[in-house]
Amino acid sequence: MTDAISASGLRKHFGRTRALDGLDLRVRTGEVHGFLGPNGSGKTTTLRILLGLLRPDGGTATVLGGDAWRDATSLHRRLAYVPGEVALWPNLTGGEVIDLLDRLRGRSNPGRRKELLERFDLDPTKRTRAYSKGNRQKVALVAALASDVELLLLDEPTAGLDPLMEAEFRACVEQERDRGRTVLLSSHILSEVEALCDRVSIIRDGRVVDSGTLSDLRHLTRTAITAELAGPPNGLSTLPGVHDLDVQGDRVRLEVDSDKLDAVLASLTSTGVRSLTSQPPTLEELFLHHYAVRP
Amino acid sequence: MTGVWPLVRLALRRDRVMIPVWIAALVGMSVTSVLGTVGLYPDAASRTAASAGINGVPSLVALYGRIYDPASLGALSMIKMDGLGTAFVAILGLLLAVRHTRAEEEAGRLELVGAGVVGRYAALTAALIVAVGTSLALGVVTALSLIACGLPVAGSFAFGAAWMGAGIAFAGIGVLAAQLTRSPRSANAIGVVALGAVYLLRAVGDTRGPEWLSWLSPIGLSQQIRPFAGERWWVFLILAGIAAVFSAGAYVLHGRRDLGTGLLPDRAGPAHADRLLHGPLGLAWRLHRGSVLGWAAAFFVLGAVCGSIAHNLGGLATTPQVKAMFEALGGEQGLTNAFLAAELSIGGITAAVYGIQGAMRLHSEETSLHMESLLSTGVSRVRWALSHIVVVALGCTVLLLAMGLGASLTDGRMLLGAALAQLPATLVLVGITVAAFGFVPRFSALGWAALVAFVLVGELGPLLRLSHWVMDLSPFTHLPKLPGGVVTATPLVWLSVVAVGFAAAGLAAFRQRDMS
Ligand SMILES: Nc1ncnc2c1ncn2[C@@H]1O[C@H](COP(=O)(O)OP(=O)(O)OP(=O)(O)O)[C@@H](O)[C@H]1O
Ligand SMILES: [Mg+2]
Repeated sequence: MTDAISASGLRKHFGRTRALDGLDLRVRTGEVHGFLGPNGSGKTTTLRILLGLLRPDGGTATVLGGDAWRDATSLHRRLAYVPGEVALWPNLTGGEVIDLLDRLRGRSNPGRRKELLERFDLDPTKRTRAYSKGNRQKVALVAALASDVELLLLDEPTAGLDPLMEAEFRACVEQERDRGRTVLLSSHILSEVEALCDRVSIIRDGRVVDSGTLSDLRHLTRTAITAELAGPPNGLSTLPGVHDLDVQGDRVRLEVDSDKLDAVLASLTSTGVRSLTSQPPTLEELFLHHYAVRP
Repeated sequence: MTGVWPLVRLALRRDRVMIPVWIAALVGMSVTSVLGTVGLYPDAASRTAASAGINGVPSLVALYGRIYDPASLGALSMIKMDGLGTAFVAILGLLLAVRHTRAEEEAGRLELVGAGVVGRYAALTAALIVAVGTSLALGVVTALSLIACGLPVAGSFAFGAAWMGAGIAFAGIGVLAAQLTRSPRSANAIGVVALGAVYLLRAVGDTRGPEWLSWLSPIGLSQQIRPFAGERWWVFLILAGIAAVFSAGAYVLHGRRDLGTGLLPDRAGPAHADRLLHGPLGLAWRLHRGSVLGWAAAFFVLGAVCGSIAHNLGGLATTPQVKAMFEALGGEQGLTNAFLAAELSIGGITAAVYGIQGAMRLHSEETSLHMESLLSTGVSRVRWALSHIVVVALGCTVLLLAMGLGASLTDGRMLLGAALAQLPATLVLVGITVAAFGFVPRFSALGWAALVAFVLVGELGPLLRLSHWVMDLSPFTHLPKLPGGVVTATPLVWLSVVAVGFAAAGLAAFRQRDMS
């Protein structure tokens, strides 16, 4: 399968701020790819480079087989972007903005537009300055989703949407995936990422620190285990990958690196297990693990 | 009124470059004017002759005002500052007032501030304090500088008061306009149109009469303080009264409306974009439409008034001396032509004001992130920028044609071509603005600096006997004096080439740079 997006070694400075520092990103055609990272880590900057709005200081960015900077205009007919800060012309109506953006992309689909307006419960006759934040966001979303493109670049698209609309948005993205579209979704809402994304990339300080499916990533973190044993445990504390071991008589609580689980379970069963609960890391933990500044 | 002082401090911090630059430029203009005049007219006799030369020519009186004491060095040397200088001061007052009220409100920053511990009227009050304070500082610094140049103390302070009066009157007009409209652009446009109207009122009052028309105009009133010509200090009180009344109106309106709204509620609009709103050009037209039509209406009126003054110039020669001077200046026909040519050149400069403001929309579309939305569709950078440039260039053409049409209707001659001859110089300033936008977007305001420099060169150049090549830097120097003058195509073609060159360089740079 080809890659819809492939960026390698992207570097970008703003004055003395280093926004991107050798970023590699690959998004496969047809997948929904989550793009996560702390504030100011470089997500928006990456998207703007992929759109040819910024020119990288180093590295290459290929989108839909074309060069992101050189072929920007022709590529843009095949993709749609929902910016993180949706700025609309105050004296145009929402309907006018949607039509304008879709005409500029050269792909309008009146049936789909109507359906989306209904699904998102958006009044297209209002001037955009009169919209609430969530409704402005919906204008950009409807314009992007109605335009029938191969690739959707979404920068925190659900910031400001209520839970009902958020659910509608998820349904729409799933539909897009079913139709073979590729989606790059930058988001801080972990449940959304968990529900939608096939693979995720986690970015910190301008580089991707981890990339893969969620279960791949979970592998790198710890599983919490609570067990009641037949007798006092032995040798647990010397096993590699065991953390925060807490032994009280026959009861054991510990955390173990997910890839060292085997040895720990073997040790526990050799003592004899009466009951055992194990908790996979939550997504929150996974991200805190990556976001936190490591020594 | 809680929170006013922090807001004043914030405003002064934001304007820490803008306000000093304005004051320095205005004071610099005044000082240059005095020093130039001292050199040219050292004694009372030469000054009286020069003053008569200005007072006798209606186009100059319309443009600058009257010299009320022909022998006075101060009155003669400050005449241009009395006229055009005062208009600049009015613009400063207006800009400051709108900038710290409606502009902040539209940007949503007032909401952020309003949620803090600040009173409902704090922002409005702070804006007025900043504008009035700046006018006061300008007045004092100007007065002291004039005294330092050797002008009489009373006259110098009266001149400072005249400028301050214009500044605060237009600050009042500015805060009121800011309550009426939703966008700072339209508030500024209302203020500029008001300025044009009262300038015209004064021009008519000072030339054709009746004289009381000048007393209806803040610019006229500012001149009626009569610095260096028997100061009439009480007139300042009228200007202060105007400022107070307009500000009070702003307070009343502000108390009655919600944050972020204007006076008129929003009505529902079309659910679909019409055919016109199809590409970047359609959008650019939609965004510039209101301002082009508003300016065009103002230009039409300006042209009509000028044409009608020109038509009646002959009646102004009442005394034999003035009649003799009329003849010397080329008879009535020559005088009318000179007057119209002067007014059309003012039209050209004013059209450049529109052109620069319109071209700066490129920058504001970029910073407000509208450009990001468009450039992420199938529109190329050049096509997007060109759509704005084309609309602005056509806008300049329409404005000049509107002025020519107005003048033709009242003067009775065909003046469309004469008005249109201003276009190439106007477009040079549009080109400079586009170039600044392309190379260093932060310096898009470079267009303004260029315009001020060109106008100064044109106004003060002869006074300071600047060398020809300095004068030649200004595109306005190369325009034919129409009607009546000779037209050669070469300079007009060259100006157009320069305009296109600037714009093309700007576009090329814009293609290569980051979005900022
Ligand atoms: N135009 C700019 N000029 C200067 N610095 C910038 C500019 N754009 C971004 N930066 C800096 O680059 C870094 C990355 O910013 P970016 O907007 O890409 O972060 P982000 O991951 O999108 O953050 P968030 O989650 O808050 O949206 C930040 O330190 C930011 O301050
Ligand atoms: Mg961001």
